[in-house]
Amino acid sequence: MADKVIFAMYDDDDKLMDGAKHLVANKVKVSDVYSPMPLHGIDAIIGVEHTRLAITAFLYGLTGTMLAIIGIRYMMIIDWPMNIGGKPNFSLRENMLSFVPIFFEFTVLCAAHGMAITYLIRNKTLPGMPPRNPDPRTTDDKFIMEIKTSENSHVPEKDLSKLIKDTGFIEIEEKNIL
Amino acid sequence: MHKESDIRLPLILGDKSYKDITDDIIRPIEAKAPKLWYLLFTISIIIALWGIGCIVYLLGTGVGVWGLNKTVGWAWDITNFVWWVGIGHAGTLISAVLLLFRQKWRFAINRAAEAMTIFAVFMAGLFPLIHMGRLWLGYWVFPLPNQFGSLWVNFNSPLLWDVFAISTYLSVSLVFWYIGLIPDFATIRDRVTKPIFKKAYRILSFGWTGDAKAWNRFEQVSLVLAGLATPLVFSVHSIVSFDFATSVIPGWHTTIFPPYFVSGAVFSGFAMVQTLMLILRKAYKLEAYLHVKHIEYMNIVIIVTGSIVGVAYITELFVSWYSGVEYESYAFLNRATGPYWWSYWAMMTCNVISPQLFWFKKLRTSLMFSFFMSIIINIGMWFERFVIIVTSLHRDYVPSSWTYFHPTWVDIGVYMGTLGIFFVFYLLFSRYFPVLPIAELKTILKSSGKNYKEGYGKGKGYWDKHSAH
Repeated sequence: MADKVIFAMYDDDDKLMDGAKHLVANKVKVSDVYSPMPLHGIDAIIGVEHTRLAITAFLYGLTGTMLAIIGIRYMMIIDWPMNIGGKPNFSLRENMLSFVPIFFEFTVLCAAHGMAITYLIRNKTLPGMPPRNPDPRTTDDKFIMEIKTSENSHVPEKDLSKLIKDTGFIEIEEKNIL
Repeated sequence: MHKESDIRLPLILGDKSYKDITDDIIRPIEAKAPKLWYLLFTISIIIALWGIGCIVYLLGTGVGVWGLNKTVGWAWDITNFVWWVGIGHAGTLISAVLLLFRQKWRFAINRAAEAMTIFAVFMAGLFPLIHMGRLWLGYWVFPLPNQFGSLWVNFNSPLLWDVFAISTYLSVSLVFWYIGLIPDFATIRDRVTKPIFKKAYRILSFGWTGDAKAWNRFEQVSLVLAGLATPLVFSVHSIVSFDFATSVIPGWHTTIFPPYFVSGAVFSGFAMVQTLMLILRKAYKLEAYLHVKHIEYMNIVIIVTGSIVGVAYITELFVSWYSGVEYESYAFLNRATGPYWWSYWAMMTCNVISPQLFWFKKLRTSLMFSFFMSIIINIGMWFERFVIIVTSLHRDYVPSSWTYFHPTWVDIGVYMGTLGIFFVFYLLFSRYFPVLPIAELKTILKSSGKNYKEGYGKGKGYWDKHSAH
């Protein structure tokens, strides 16, 4: 049997959610879901793990703070201490208060941009990338469930078709994977 | 899951489906622009070109062509800078703070408000740059290695904090805005037929797919960016206020400035959002998505922030007297009764008295009145900055150098020009970009759409129990 990928299309998000629940309850693995908007709760149903992007944001932010501290210490304390109204220009600690705003801004700058760049790369959304949604209607008002036969070899083909049929799709498309 | 009361007014009116949302928002992009759009665009272009001409003249001749003098060394330039930055605050506030508080009504205004933020911060950034006189040396504000024995910028200075704050704010807002736009560009990409549009939106949408993991990441990124942008909004305008508050000029060095500037910024930003959105909703027939309830919510924010601003004005007056410092007292007495009394009372009327009218439900829910008030508040907030800056400076330490500031035609031209440039950007945005967040509006349709609230053929309250959103 050639490996196939099945795209079942629905016209309502709740129908798709119920359908996905039905399939998963019958041990069918749903590989992905394409939708025009975020479907809350679908991740738990089809077993998509929660993203770790927030952790990367924290790490990027930490990097930003460190860079700001190192940079400002080098420029203001070591390389060229400026005498401004007799402020302590020899010690980072004693001069820290007036450096805090830039520590903060630079932390936010690195956290936000680092996370955003990671997000774009992980999503494979970068300028010039070709669209990869199975049907253009999934960005409008249709919802598609993607099921791969290779991941469902434990379910007999007949049962699989019946289970999918029960979910009440409006269109179905099967593609052979070469 | 979100439970919403049945008696709460729906956020999306009319009998809308997911398809209708897509259609309603993309229609203006596909259709030919109305005559009014071309008219407004032409006017804005003319004003923008005039402004650019004034800037070029200024750069060629020197900052002396402004009305500044030895005593009043900062006037319209910095007034306009703070005014634009202030306007630029509502966008991120709406997207970030209201996102954290899970306010669904933000979806009617967030996209356009974020666009407004970005264009307004562009305009703000222009003023310090042209005030430098030598625009091409603008990059000197950054700590770059250089040939002067590595003379660094001064990290103790609020002016440098401002450089970092404004550039961080601009770039983070831009990223926030664009990440939200990507899925909507994909919707347009999959729909338009004109080859050039298809190609353009294909590039803009970065190949968005909308699979489950992508949406999972999308929501996480929006949430974390909102979490980062919220303290950023507060820090940016606090730092703008430090430009004044850390000085020794009576009338400027007050500790109340940071909160007072932040609430003033939100106040003026919301007013500008109203000015723009009320026109946009009419022109693009978005009445179903942005209706009286949204305007009322915005007006409530305006009452709150306007009242904070009012309290701040009165606190300043009280403290100037209570401090017993005669220079401080004089600075504030002079504001109200000196040669600039007219600007002080214009500010008081526009910012303190007029927003209180919104306590009346009838006025708060009137679109015409809201539009009128939004203009009044924009004017008032411009005067606030003018009052703070010019009236504090025009009485110098020695009476022999007391002066009066008169703007020149270049002052006026540059200010008008930034308004023109802003509207050029904004009109282009409203013509080619989705003005409402298409994907996010779809997430609230089942919980806050009128038809679903009424049951959609399934009986009242059905969707509240049966929909995932």
